[in-house]
Amino acid sequence: MARIRSDSRSELDLVAILCLAPSLLYVLAMFVYPFLYGIYISLQPKKRDAGIFSNYVAFFNDAYQYNTIKTTFMLALPTTVAVVLAALFLAYGMRRGIWFERTITTILVLPISLGVVFLSEGILGFYGHNGWLNQLLLAAGLIENPLELTHNSIGVTFSLFMQNFPFCFLMLLGYISGIDPSLESSARMLGAGPWTIFRRVMFPLIAPGLIIAFALVFVMSFAVFPSAVMVGQPAGSTRTISIAAYQQAFEQYDMSYASAIAVIMGLCQLAALVVIVLVRRRMTIATTMGVGKR
Amino acid sequence: MRGRMWKLAIYLFLLGFILNLLGIVTHVVVSSFAKRWFGKPLPPAFTTDWFTYAWREFELSHVLFITLFIALAVVFIALAIGFPAAYVLARRNFNAKPVLLLLYFLPLLIPQMTYGIPLATTLYGFGVGGTVIGVILAVLVPMVPLAVFVLLPFFEQISLNLEWSAQMLGASRLQIFRRILLPLMLPGILTAGLLVLVNTISNFELAFLLAGGGSQTLVVALYYNVFAGGVRPVYSIDAMAVIYMCTVMAVLLVALRFVRPTQMVFRLDGRRN
Repeated sequence: MARIRSDSRSELDLVAILCLAPSLLYVLAMFVYPFLYGIYISLQPKKRDAGIFSNYVAFFNDAYQYNTIKTTFMLALPTTVAVVLAALFLAYGMRRGIWFERTITTILVLPISLGVVFLSEGILGFYGHNGWLNQLLLAAGLIENPLELTHNSIGVTFSLFMQNFPFCFLMLLGYISGIDPSLESSARMLGAGPWTIFRRVMFPLIAPGLIIAFALVFVMSFAVFPSAVMVGQPAGSTRTISIAAYQQAFEQYDMSYASAIAVIMGLCQLAALVVIVLVRRRMTIATTMGVGKR
Repeated sequence: MRGRMWKLAIYLFLLGFILNLLGIVTHVVVSSFAKRWFGKPLPPAFTTDWFTYAWREFELSHVLFITLFIALAVVFIALAIGFPAAYVLARRNFNAKPVLLLLYFLPLLIPQMTYGIPLATTLYGFGVGGTVIGVILAVLVPMVPLAVFVLLPFFEQISLNLEWSAQMLGASRLQIFRRILLPLMLPGILTAGLLVLVNTISNFELAFLLAGGGSQTLVVALYYNVFAGGVRPVYSIDAMAVIYMCTVMAVLLVALRFVRPTQMVFRLDGRRN
């Protein structure tokens, strides 16, 4: 019996291995292998006589291609900052519970499950040139000409916000409500005001979770594809790096170049993660996590 | 006083978010029932013709069938291979466990667009790209780990003593599985199954990269019609969007009876184990 050997580190017997095998093989075959294969074929350019790095050289010599990195970055960073700040504000305010909490969290989950395609279609109608928002503002006399909120980077930022905010909020809410409430009451008893409590007590405790949330939202935003096409301007101001990769793969049928762009996209996300992890290291991380509301 | 202002700000923010969400959803619904609608707050006349139009022109019966087939196949396979893996990861200790958990977590962490393109290249290379099987294989990549990570805490809640007692009383492994684990895991299986179902129906990137003519899921077909804007009347596209929304809502309403919304997102502290 496996239990008898429970003091040793390994409790893997044949049955356990057989249980793990199917899913492990699947992840290896369908996730790890394609990843390595993608790196490999990105080094095998379509043109015979080209050097192995010619796809990467071509990418970084073509302003139309390498500018997608900047475009994507300029979309992803403001979106991430907005999402994380809004989620922190709301989650911090709700840390001790509010009215209709379950209803509100349910409503907040809706955008996640509706998916980005439906949201983008709705954003096109609601915030579009002739949409309800513009009609309302025009009727109220607040603006003279309709605001252009879709088919540009504002629309994409908005669509990304709707998609990522609920995710980030629920994550932070779970994290913040896990902080021991007695810490806050002790601080209050010692005479700290709400701002001091936030800055000196709560924020250092929230920071690790906040950084992880920031990293996840940034990486997700960096891969933006459907909303950049639908509510953005895919040929111009919102031509993100995933659009560039998609076009190479399914319009030019150059899988090698497309894989190279996908690798570059992955490296950009990795670079962002490394920066974020380094920032996290430099901060003094408080480790006092209690058992609050769960 | 300042505390009250703070509360007010939070409720205003929530109200804004909900109103904006409501506006987005309502606009699509109203538009799908509009006869003609241009520049007015509400359409002058309503009709249900766009639904029949969308159903016929977009071959929605076929698309819905494909979507449900793909979703159910993904749920079945994800549970079938995720269940035993989650059991071992919850019950056994071994050296490679942190590595394995990280490996299972990566497909959920890395954006689907990033690994979708090499994955599509590989699957097209094997000749299953553009087919239903290709879509199922691709969508399973994040769904197997999702099933594992949803099932894991459910296994951890079942006391080991129950398994030991059953073993002491002479139950075989199969009997323990069928008589003890399966009934106790039913809520977990339901939760995982429904989460995988919702996520598969609304999965866009992977289904999009692998879909061919006859293997488009509802959300992919919707995307193509929005993308080809102008070819089809916008009302018919909105009618299709409403059909999509109703499909997701139906699954979600069932799901919310069993699942707490916060379970849809991974707990931050759970990631580090």
